[in-house]
Amino acid sequence: MSKKIHVSTTVNGESVEFLCEARQSLLEVLRENLSLTGAKEGCNNGNCGACTVMLNGVPVNSCIVLAVEVEGAAIETVEGLACHGHLHPIQKCFLEGAALQCGVCTPGFLVTAKALLDKNPNPSEHDIRFNLANNLCRCTGYDKIVKAVQAAAAELQTR
Amino acid sequence: MAHANELYLGKQDYQVLGKRPVRHDGTDKVTGKAIYTADVQLPNMLHGKIVRSPHAHARIKSIDASEALAMPGVFAVVTADDFPDLTEKFALMGEAGQVNLTELAANCLAKGKVLYRGHAVAAVAAANVHIADEAASKIKVEYEVLPSVTWVLDAMKDDAPLLHEHLRTDSMGKKADKPSNIAVHLQFEKGNVTDGFQQADVIVEREFRTASVHQGYIEPHAVVALWNEDSRLKLWTATQGSFNCRQQVAELLQIPVSQVLVVPCEIGGGFGGKITVYLEPVAALLSRKSGRPVKMVMQRNEVFEGTGPTPGSFARVKLGAKKDGTLVAGEAWLAYDCGAFPGGMIGPGCMCVFSCYDLPHAKVDGFDVCNNKPKTQAYRAPGSTQAAFACEQVIDELAEKLNIDPIELRLKNAAKEGTRRVDGPVYPRVGFVECLNAAKNSEHWKSKLSGKNRGRGIAAGFWFNIGGASSCSASVNDDGIVCLVEGSTDIGGTRTSIAMQLAETLGIAAEDVRPQVGDTDSVGYTFLTGGSRVTFATGLAAYQLGLDLQEQMKQRAASIWDCDPTSITVDKGVYKQNGHSLTFKQIAAKIPENQLDPVVGRASVAPEGSTNAFGVHIADVEVDPETGKVTVLRYTAIQDAGKAVHPSYVEGQMQGGAAQGIGWALNEEYFFDAKDQMRNASFLDYRMPTCLDLPMIDTIIVEVPNPSHPYGVRGVGETPIVPPPATIANAIHAAVGTRMTQLPMSPPALWKALSERA
Ligand code: FES
Ligand code: FES
Repeated sequence: MSKKIHVSTTVNGESVEFLCEARQSLLEVLRENLSLTGAKEGCNNGNCGACTVMLNGVPVNSCIVLAVEVEGAAIETVEGLACHGHLHPIQKCFLEGAALQCGVCTPGFLVTAKALLDKNPNPSEHDIRFNLANNLCRCTGYDKIVKAVQAAAAELQTR
Repeated sequence: MAHANELYLGKQDYQVLGKRPVRHDGTDKVTGKAIYTADVQLPNMLHGKIVRSPHAHARIKSIDASEALAMPGVFAVVTADDFPDLTEKFALMGEAGQVNLTELAANCLAKGKVLYRGHAVAAVAAANVHIADEAASKIKVEYEVLPSVTWVLDAMKDDAPLLHEHLRTDSMGKKADKPSNIAVHLQFEKGNVTDGFQQADVIVEREFRTASVHQGYIEPHAVVALWNEDSRLKLWTATQGSFNCRQQVAELLQIPVSQVLVVPCEIGGGFGGKITVYLEPVAALLSRKSGRPVKMVMQRNEVFEGTGPTPGSFARVKLGAKKDGTLVAGEAWLAYDCGAFPGGMIGPGCMCVFSCYDLPHAKVDGFDVCNNKPKTQAYRAPGSTQAAFACEQVIDELAEKLNIDPIELRLKNAAKEGTRRVDGPVYPRVGFVECLNAAKNSEHWKSKLSGKNRGRGIAAGFWFNIGGASSCSASVNDDGIVCLVEGSTDIGGTRTSIAMQLAETLGIAAEDVRPQVGDTDSVGYTFLTGGSRVTFATGLAAYQLGLDLQEQMKQRAASIWDCDPTSITVDKGVYKQNGHSLTFKQIAAKIPENQLDPVVGRASVAPEGSTNAFGVHIADVEVDPETGKVTVLRYTAIQDAGKAVHPSYVEGQMQGGAAQGIGWALNEEYFFDAKDQMRNASFLDYRMPTCLDLPMIDTIIVEVPNPSHPYGVRGVGETPIVPPPATIANAIHAAVGTRMTQLPMSPPALWKALSERA
């Protein structure tokens, strides 16, 4: 068994330290070592977006990031979206707009959508579809997901 | 877009049904708290890994696990020899009928031969996934490679490589005398087709081919098994039917069903592919051998190569009509592959091919054919999409030849109450005509489509809803909140649609019911989630449960008022008697105050027969003649939902099914090389639709109440995948004049068809 490596990082605003093997992905460490199972594994090779988290403000597929790479970085996961008992508007709009069925893709979509709205508060339908194309959903046909992101953008604008 | 209620043909006025409450499990799912199987962690848990065949067809000469077992951190290895002897053992499994246990076990761990690339051969349990991976690569399997076959018509040939030396074609109950890959030949007949075709003025006959596609659920198969020291086996798993899973595992391991407890976790999509067991018995064997809990999660390539695709198919469909458009006869010859083991989707294929039309004379022949692919599994309306791809294009061509509008031609021949399907059943009240009329009157159909290489297509689809057993129970809390436990695993928001039916029956708000999916120890037997049955059948159980609770609430009110319970009337959740009046919640609060018996209700149902759901889709496409790429510009799905319990989730089913159907139409396929190896076993190469590939999918819900449900509910989950390939094929034909008779209609395929024509 290979020797473990010490990594210090920030997850959802809290400093976190962990020991990992060089071969472990960020997704594996989040889920196995840190018990943050919100990010999901759909493919484990960067093709479905279910594992999306933000790494220094940029959405990444955490299954293809090595855990040792996040030394000193800031990570945000779906668990960090709601704050003080209140859902983020994107979460609320997904809920109210029935933008999820099985829900396994939802954490990834929420993080990707947040990253999009952070940098483009007023995206067109095409912007949304283009940015969300990293994430696969097999249940919804995307219609209600796109509409939920539109609704969240509108709600965030009125704040 | 037409509003759902405008098209509702039922009489009743509902308080809860038809509203759009936030789903009960929603908050957990948008915050990452919902527990799916892969999220389950147990102390001391090991991780299992399957060793899979690199060959499409081979004899297993030997398996040597000694090197793997010698590795530190490796705890157990199992092979087919760890299953009990299942020779000649069959199990009666609900609507799946007689299941051959030897074959079911051999699909989980190959015995003697591997029948497809990706076929499981052995499994190992180790301290973590990485050690398990390494150990799996050190299990040495020696193979003698055999010739293989993956195209259904090739597999039917006399000189095809044989998968099962003992398989004899079953033709209407008669067994052939020599071995073959054809497991079953079905035949259905109505009237006399020869006479029928003689009356035809126009006849169209075409041949169609479709490639295998995968259900593509985003959550890979996963299980955690714990074989406890008290011999109880506990399984946390992603299954569409916890009781069906329990039975399969118990039968395969030859232990009593009640020795197995199945805890259904949240399930990340199923679409028919998470009914049969793959990992569950294997993880159980590993747990028993190692004495530790074992988790197994498939990788995506294992999901593609080792689990259920839908059949690849060949269809020849012939229809005859009179000049005025009256269909006089239809004939279909369908061959569907079932993959490695018999028992594919040919039965429903045969029943669905002509199910939209009233044909006086029809004949359907169907063949279930083994070949070197994973055993095919259900995929949303299994067998119907391939059949509709064929039939609906022939209808379109007939309409063109007869110069009749394609909706009018369908209306003229539409199946309705009293129509007898070729496989026997006579329809009760169905809503196909209403769907066609809704299509005809839709803004989409009436709008003008212009531009070069653009075209509009329309096609119909059919699926039936099965009944089957469902149970639920509930208790009424002092605050009037009703806790509902039901047995149907929730793959698309059904907890809410069932809770809403209970709320409607009780006259309380949907939010006042708290639904939960019970494990197999805590709820009565419930057949699997599939066949569009849950909102219909488990909903029926919820309705009966509501009546039971209401009766008990009447009794409690009667004790409070000291009157005869039969003198109490209930209207919208308000209980009244002789000037007294209490709401449901008020009675609930008075139960402890008055030291009355708590209210606990139960219901179980097993509705017989089936109901029927029809859909019609419209698509506008643009074809790029340079590349063969098709862009879907606009899409509308229309469907009869009977009564849409939660319209958002009905729309969601229609949109999701349509998107899967569009993927099937335009891009998805199992791509095999010369050695019958799948070459695109990843999401990157298999390429399901992303949101950039699709337009908004408009929906029109038609509501023709189902006569066999108190609220008129019909299942809606499956029909929406049926029309898309034919709809898009018809649209491509309208755009560029080319008939695409092969799926997928991918850029290379369409480009080739266009260049051959030029
Ligand atoms: S699991 Fe990371 S992209 Fe699919
Ligand atoms: S909701 Fe199931 S994959 Fe998106």
